[in-house]
Parts: sequence; structure tokens; C-alpha cells
Amino acid sequence: MAVKDYIRDRFFPHIWCPGCGHGIAMNGMLRAIDKLGLSKNEIVMVSGIGCSARITGYLDFHTMHTLHGRALAFATGVKMSRPELTLIAPMGDGDALAIGGNHFIHAARRNIDMTAIIMNNRTYGMTGGQFSPLSGYGIYASTAPYKNIDHDFDVAQLAIAAGATFVARTTTYHVNQITDFIKKAILHKGFSVVEILSQCPTYFGRKNKMGDAVDLMELYKNSTTPIGSDAKKENPDLVERGIFVEKALPEYCSEYDKIIDRAKKGI
Amino acid sequence: MSECMRQINPDVVPAFPITPSTQVIEDFSQFVADGKVDTEIITVESEHSAMSACIGAAAAGGRVMTATSSAGMALMWEMLYVASSMRQPIVMTLINRAMSAPINIHADHSDSMGARDAGWIQLYAENNQEAYDNLIMAIKIAENMDVRLPVMVCMDGFIISHCVQTMQLEDTEKIRLFVGEFASTYPVLDTENPASWGALDLQDYYMEHKRAQHMAMKNAKNVIKKVSGEFADIFGRKYELFESYQLEDAERVIIAINSVCGEIKEVIDERREKGDRVGLLKIRSFRPFPYEEIAAALEGVKIVTVLDRSESMGAYGPLFTEIRTALFNAPQKPMVYNRIFGLGGRELFMSDIHDIFEENKTYLETNRVEKMFDYLKVRGG
Repeated sequence: MAVKDYIRDRFFPHIWCPGCGHGIAMNGMLRAIDKLGLSKNEIVMVSGIGCSARITGYLDFHTMHTLHGRALAFATGVKMSRPELTLIAPMGDGDALAIGGNHFIHAARRNIDMTAIIMNNRTYGMTGGQFSPLSGYGIYASTAPYKNIDHDFDVAQLAIAAGATFVARTTTYHVNQITDFIKKAILHKGFSVVEILSQCPTYFGRKNKMGDAVDLMELYKNSTTPIGSDAKKENPDLVERGIFVEKALPEYCSEYDKIIDRAKKGI
Repeated sequence: MSECMRQINPDVVPAFPITPSTQVIEDFSQFVADGKVDTEIITVESEHSAMSACIGAAAAGGRVMTATSSAGMALMWEMLYVASSMRQPIVMTLINRAMSAPINIHADHSDSMGARDAGWIQLYAENNQEAYDNLIMAIKIAENMDVRLPVMVCMDGFIISHCVQTMQLEDTEKIRLFVGEFASTYPVLDTENPASWGALDLQDYYMEHKRAQHMAMKNAKNVIKKVSGEFADIFGRKYELFESYQLEDAERVIIAINSVCGEIKEVIDERREKGDRVGLLKIRSFRPFPYEEIAAALEGVKIVTVLDRSESMGAYGPLFTEIRTALFNAPQKPMVYNRIFGLGGRELFMSDIHDIFEENKTYLETNRVEKMFDYLKVRGG
């Protein structure tokens, strides 16, 4: 199946700004799905609200465009009733980790089998570039004209602490890695998190005078490094890319089925 | 609305962005950052937290404002009731937007109409000037000691919120003098006189508290009139609980809310020139609802078309049910029927409004309302 077959081209052109990283993330994800040879009908894609969330309109799977922050809650409902389906929840950083932060940590804690993709552009792009929980200290945003005083957190570390059993991070510069990680995340039985640093030249780049999309992607190239590299030891400010965690733990839907079996035997 | 908030200079503004209300807070946050107000702005992680922070800040003894739309207000739902039941005079701009799903960012009133039982005073505005004026008056209405209820100031998303209109901005000092100093009741920060808010209240006293809210809402009607009168004395623009446009000798009347009333007035002017006795009753205060006053204003009217810009699936539109209730005890009841229009921002043009007046003319001539309820401008309708 060609990647194009997964697209609802009647909804194109998409609404993402020129230079936005979300298209690259979408492209990488489609290649992963294509390589796995999944059929359209096996996949349910659930999104919340924001630039990232528009993705469910463009792709020809079973898709749900829901409420701000609630993609994982809706996805949990779908997965519990149809555990045989592959659940993918593409989200933005504000969507997944501010308003939806609680759903995120508890989905991770349950280890329910689904793939959370966080397209982290460090801003609320759709509503005009307000700072998000991942903008970070000292960043300019439309709501932080004199710099942000809120600290951010590390999505990968949060996901690990919350109990996610597959956690990876890459950037839109490292396109092949996007495909590779998402492929592994989908195959992984449990809650998988793939963080993709995705540039927003319109707000984040412009407000912080970081240049255009190419400059931002170059920054991804130069400011990240593979996990455990020598470069990281020399420069601790580098952001690590790669698979942080990949471990097998009991998955929520399977455990739920076991409970039902046990309870039935008890009757 | 941001400029108006700057002029009012509230103590605390907790907020979370949602289209189309985002700009209100975005511009206001610039005023905060530039030191043009003394406000503490709290950027929270959801609207539920925004309204929670509003209630906390108001209970602590501050003048509190915020803004939201649609799903944002829906996420505040639980806290809307807490705000009104704790009698916190919070003032919120609600930029009216359709509720999901399907996702839609444009104007209709499904958000505020859904919240009509939440115990908030609801004021509506046809244009930017009215929204600005309502926001100023809302502070004084909410904080009146006979009221002490939160107020939502509603206006249509994009059609008004993102529209460039000529309007009169008033002098900041005059506005601050008009709204006055905030007087808090039992602030939790008054450590000499500790108070409890929202404590458990079961079969013993809950109903008394609800009745007290009901009485406050009843009082609000007179307070809205009084504050509007004071506003007119100082700023010159007169507001009632509703606006009567060419109602005096009208035979056929449309009743509606918010921006569509601008087009309706234009159409009425055109038809009046040809001697057609048509008029408009435009709702300003939906909560409290002025039943008796509306019934009196509609005396002599022969037919009324009620336009609802929201749905109450399985029932008539929310405005229609109020209007028909208002008319039930009238000595001479006009014919009255309901049309749903403009959901999710669908436009109603002047030609469509002409069609409405043509239809109610036919209904009046044949003395028969053929369709009590219908959708305007809809496929498959």
C-alpha cells in the first residue's frame, strides 16, 4: 500500500503553516504504518484539540477528533471495548501535558496498549503562540512578552516515572528515526510514548528570534544527541534522542480479560 | 473587551486560551506585562482550573474577571454552579461559540444557553459597543449587595468578537469611579474573622441557600435597571432589560439575541419605509428573564417569530420557551412560533430576514401557523 492511500486528499491542503514540523511527523508516522503493513481498518486514531489534532481529519483510518486534552481518555474507551484494534493518539504538548496531563500519566500508569505521539512545538500554536508547559524558562511567547518564568519538564522522564513501558524521543530533523520509533511503539504491547520535537516557526521561532523552519531544524540537529553519547558527557545541555525505555510489563486490557476469566470461574 | 478590562483594573484574572475568546486575554496579558494594570494574571492548565482560581480569588476578597468560549465554558461547568452558589461576583466575557461535535469555532449560543440554569446573570450584546458597556455595568450589577452573583457578558464569536466597529471608548477614570471599589463579603484572607465557604449542606439548609440565590436573581432585575440608568446618566447610552425596536405599533415582530439583531433592524427600516408594521424585541438580560415586561411590550402585537441560535434537542429553542411562557397570561396572546438559525456560524442574510417577515405575514393573513418549529437555511429541511 502506498503512503498516499492512507491520506484523505480531499481535505488537502492541510492547515499547518509553511515550515511547520507536524507534516514531517505525520509523514514519518504514515511510513511506519505502511512498513508494518497495517490495514486502514485496524487503526483507530484519536486526537484532541490544537494544530496537531487536525491530523485525524487528514488520515483515512477510523478517526476521532475530540476535546482538548482528552484524546487518551477517548482512546482508552475505544481500546477497552475493541482491544484488537491499534490505537494511536497524536497530541500536541499543550494538549497532552497541560489540560490532558492527568490522562497522560494515568494512561501510562495503567500500561494500556496504545501509542501516544507528542508533537512538541513548545507552544499553543492554534490559539496564537501562548506559552505551554513545555515552553521552558526564559522563553518568549505571546503571553510572555518579558520571558516565561514557568519551568518545563522532560516528557520522556515524566512518561518513564508514570510507568510507560516504551519511551522514545526524536526530532523532525531525524525523519527516519520518527518512522523507526513509531514502528517500534506500535508493535510494543503496552503504553508507548514517542516525543517528536516539531518546529513552530510561526510562533515559537519568530517570538524567540530563532529563525525559520530550516534554522529550527538545524537547531534540532545540533542541540540533540543519541542517548549516552560522549557528546552528552561533554555538554550536558544536549537533549538526548533515542529509546529510553522498552520493557515488558502486564498490559491493561489483557489483565482485564484475565480478571473476567477468574471471576467467571468463581461463579 | 481587553481594553475594558484594563480600564476596570480587576485584582485577579485566571484564564486559559480558547478560540475565539483568546484575544481578550492575550491583549490583557500584554497590559499586565506592561504594568498598565495592577492585576495578577494566572495562566492555568485548563478552564476547570481557571474558574476554580476565579472562585478562590473572589473568596479571598478580590475583584475577578475572565473570558472563555464554548468547550472552555463547558469544562468550567462544575465550577459555574460553585461560583454562583458561593455568591462570588465574578464577571466573565463569554464569546459565544458552538459546542462540539463536530468541532466548530463559529458563533451560536449553545454554550451560554446550556448554562442558563447555572445561576449566572446573562447579558447579551448586539455589537462591540454594547458588549463593552455591558462589561462595565456587569461589575456593578454583580457586586451589588442585593445581588452578589456572577455575570456572563455574551457576544457572538467572530461576527462581533473579531469585527472592526466604530465605538465610543469611555474615560478610564470615569469608568473606575462608576464601578467603584470592590467590597468583599467574608473574605477568607480576613484572618481575624475566619469564614468557611461551600461547607457540607444537606437536607437541612441546602434549599434555603438555593432560595436565597433565587431571590438574588430576582433582585438582579431591578439592579440591572438601576445600574443601566446610572450608566445612561454618566455615559449617555440607555439600556433596558431588552431593546424595543419599532415595537410601538408593530403587528409582526421578531424576537432574537445578539448580532443578528443588527441585520433585523436594517430589514425593519426597509420595510417600514413601505409602511410594513414590523418590529424587533432584542433580549439583553436572559437571566434574569423579564417575563412581565416582555408580555407588556408585546401588547397589540399579532404574531411573533422567535429566532433561536441554539438547539434544545427534543424541545423548542430556549428563547422560544421563555417567550411563550411570558405570553401565556397575556390578555390577548399573539401567535408565536419558533425558528432555529445560525448554528455553528451559518449566516442569516437580510434577504432571509425578509423571508421571515413574508412568512409571518402569510401566517397572520391565513390566521394559521403552518410550522411551529423549523430550521432556517438547512439542507434537507
